[in-house]
Amino acid sequence: MNITRLGVTAITLAAVGALALSGCAGGASAPASTPNPGAIISTNGSEPQNPLIPTATTETGGGKIVNSIFAGLVYYDAEGAAVNDVAAAITTDDNTTYTIKIKPGLSFSDGQVLTSNSFVDAWQYGALLSNAQLGSSFFSDIAGYSVEQDSPLTGLTVVDDTTFTVALTAPLADFPQRLGYAAFYPLPASAFADMAAFGESPIGNGPYMLDGPKAWKHNEKIDLVVNPAYDGGRKPKNGGLSITFYANQGAAYSDLLANNLDVLDSIPDSAYGTYESDLGDRVVNQPAAILQAVTIPARLPHFSGEEGALRRRALSMAINREEITKIIFSGTRTPASDFTSPVLDGWSDTLRGADVLEFDAKAARKLWARADAISPWTGSFQIAYNADGGHQGWVDAASNSIKNTLGIDASGAPTPTFAQARTAIADRSIQTAFRSGWQADYPSLYNFLQPSYATRAGSNDGEYSNPEFDSLLARGSAEGDLAAANSDFQKAQEILLQDLPAIPLWYANVTGGVGLDVHGVVFGWDSVPLFTEITKG
Amino acid sequence: MTGYIFRRILQAIPVFLGTTFLIYFMVFAMPGDPIVALFGDKTPNPAVVAQLRAQYHLDQPFIVQYFIYLGGIFRGDFGLSFSGEPVTAILARTFPVTARLAILALLFETFFGILVGLISGLRKGKLFDASSLAVSLILISLPIFVIAFVAQYVFGVWLGWARTTVSSGAPLQDLILPALVLASVSFAQIMRLTRASVIETSGLDFVRTAYSKGLSSRRVIPVHILRNSLIPVVTYLATDFGVLLVGATITEGIFNVPGVGNTLYQAIIRGEGPTVVSFVTVMVLIYLVVNILVDLFYGLLDPRIRYVK
Repeated sequence: MNITRLGVTAITLAAVGALALSGCAGGASAPASTPNPGAIISTNGSEPQNPLIPTATTETGGGKIVNSIFAGLVYYDAEGAAVNDVAAAITTDDNTTYTIKIKPGLSFSDGQVLTSNSFVDAWQYGALLSNAQLGSSFFSDIAGYSVEQDSPLTGLTVVDDTTFTVALTAPLADFPQRLGYAAFYPLPASAFADMAAFGESPIGNGPYMLDGPKAWKHNEKIDLVVNPAYDGGRKPKNGGLSITFYANQGAAYSDLLANNLDVLDSIPDSAYGTYESDLGDRVVNQPAAILQAVTIPARLPHFSGEEGALRRRALSMAINREEITKIIFSGTRTPASDFTSPVLDGWSDTLRGADVLEFDAKAARKLWARADAISPWTGSFQIAYNADGGHQGWVDAASNSIKNTLGIDASGAPTPTFAQARTAIADRSIQTAFRSGWQADYPSLYNFLQPSYATRAGSNDGEYSNPEFDSLLARGSAEGDLAAANSDFQKAQEILLQDLPAIPLWYANVTGGVGLDVHGVVFGWDSVPLFTEITKG
Repeated sequence: MTGYIFRRILQAIPVFLGTTFLIYFMVFAMPGDPIVALFGDKTPNPAVVAQLRAQYHLDQPFIVQYFIYLGGIFRGDFGLSFSGEPVTAILARTFPVTARLAILALLFETFFGILVGLISGLRKGKLFDASSLAVSLILISLPIFVIAFVAQYVFGVWLGWARTTVSSGAPLQDLILPALVLASVSFAQIMRLTRASVIETSGLDFVRTAYSKGLSSRRVIPVHILRNSLIPVVTYLATDFGVLLVGATITEGIFNVPGVGNTLYQAIIRGEGPTVVSFVTVMVLIYLVVNILVDLFYGLLDPRIRYVK
């Protein structure tokens, strides 16, 4: 009797959770009382791995802080569209030379005036090789950039205090969309005098500023308060942010349950089974701009030419994405239907050839047999992954799915650390297929396609090369408007669906939790909550 | 006595050099390039990588790196972490937190362990003895993370008596729960050690003599039985204090304590050579000092073990 009742409760809770998921993506029920405009929102983060200099920040721990204390030319709204922030207008005639006008009379939080030089000097600093900034490659399309020697960005010209021009080496339709990324933030003149001290206690122009010069308590937390000098579209509806650094996501989850934390941006794996009943309608579950895939380099035996194409298609159709996302990930992933992400403008799930991403055991076996007719299969199919990232579950499941469908030996090949896995991938010594993940830097189809699949592109770890694909990307970049560009990019994707340089698996969802009395939590396209919109009380 | 201490300190020098060398070698030999990992899933620009390698001396051969590091230590410079913070600052920030946690845990386990152990030993075979033995067996067999999670859930989330995680600055009241968790396993060990030792001592001739002289149990138990039962307990406590001081990675992780274990764990994951080696070096020093102190302390407890020349 009791057991039955417990079961009913569990089902009810699950149903309530599911309703919350579908109906209330924002977790933002109407505020019951008037929110307190001075409330400090506490959220989880991680110790920044680098100094808090925008061009040195490429990971999420520091990114969350840098994006809160700096404002770029544009910012991204909840839909991922670029909206002018510091910029008054960004114009171009040929997608190659852009004229950027910034709003007059803006300043940094300590009163230093913000001019075109704040941008130009910051970009020059970030691009200069000897400054060794992790984000330097973001400037690679600007004229004058060099990866071999110190070379100034000759493409940047200051016209007057509120105007500057940017000359690119090739037409890029989506250049304005990139300008909301951290690397393109401005720096005050004082930063260049002592960059190390600046990285410890940065002065920005964003919606928030550091709560005093010692606000960054290393490995503990960082406190941000509203920056009164900011007057853009991201004006905070709360009094500030307190970002606690957790080494262990489980600790953050416990804090959320005990109501010590207002916003948690990812539910730890250990709570996948219980979070819906723990949190009820305080769950936020949205798709994110993260694609997970398995890259199969063409240099592996059996994976080049006609035989390789058949085997890639067979493997893709042998993986039961639906079941793995449901069972292993408890619905926190969505099966992929292309190489980008559903949060992007221009995304489509009806691309020609997308059926290759659906589970079809019969078709998979047929394709595999055709490949065997060209050259019989030998050895085993392995997927390399780093064991410190929680990947074992799905890699084993995908391998089993392949093994059961195709009747070949398939398994995961773990390496202990992320550093080790990345080193083997970067120096091309890896001899198996490998897990690959891509999180976009700015919301654009191009940013998912170009870096990973264009010939000799920075992150093309599978060394894929198809001139037809490259020329479609180039054509899209030169198009006058976004819709035309996106249609070229989609055609380029249809080529990828034929060649499958990587097998797309699923889109990651951002699954977060919200504290009691906290409202307006919406995650941006980059899976980070739009902190300025959150209210409490 | 002074000569003995001096000799012990001299012995510590080669131990110190040997361990730092070994640790440095192990961090160096760790597979994977930490600089490449800094770029995440993106393929880094080789020139920037070379620049960063030079900055952290990672482009030098191992032995050169080691001597650069060692030279730095003698000038009080332990190198920089990847976020640009001097490692000395990290040490100065995390060790006091862990020390507070360790002392608190040590107090809990010493007090409760000796108290319960003494009562159990004196009432061997009675209900109190049987039940405390059962409890200690449970505590010993449970992995610490189970105890930590259960304590965090029950006292933090459910009852709300304690904070689930330690807040910034690690105030003492936040550290009580993690300290109790840390103390739980050692409590069981100390309780059992004390109990066994008390039972053994109670049967010795001098105890019988003391009673037959007409001394009350109020005098015999603390002075004759307890004091003579404490030697194995003190040995255990000293080692345990060393273990606690070098950080409890799992417990610190679960309660988000910004201490040594937590910081070291993250530094290892990131392959931050200077941070890892400096932490371990300081840990080695602590072990050496604690060990010397323990050896000296024996003499105070038992006059038979005095260091004469």
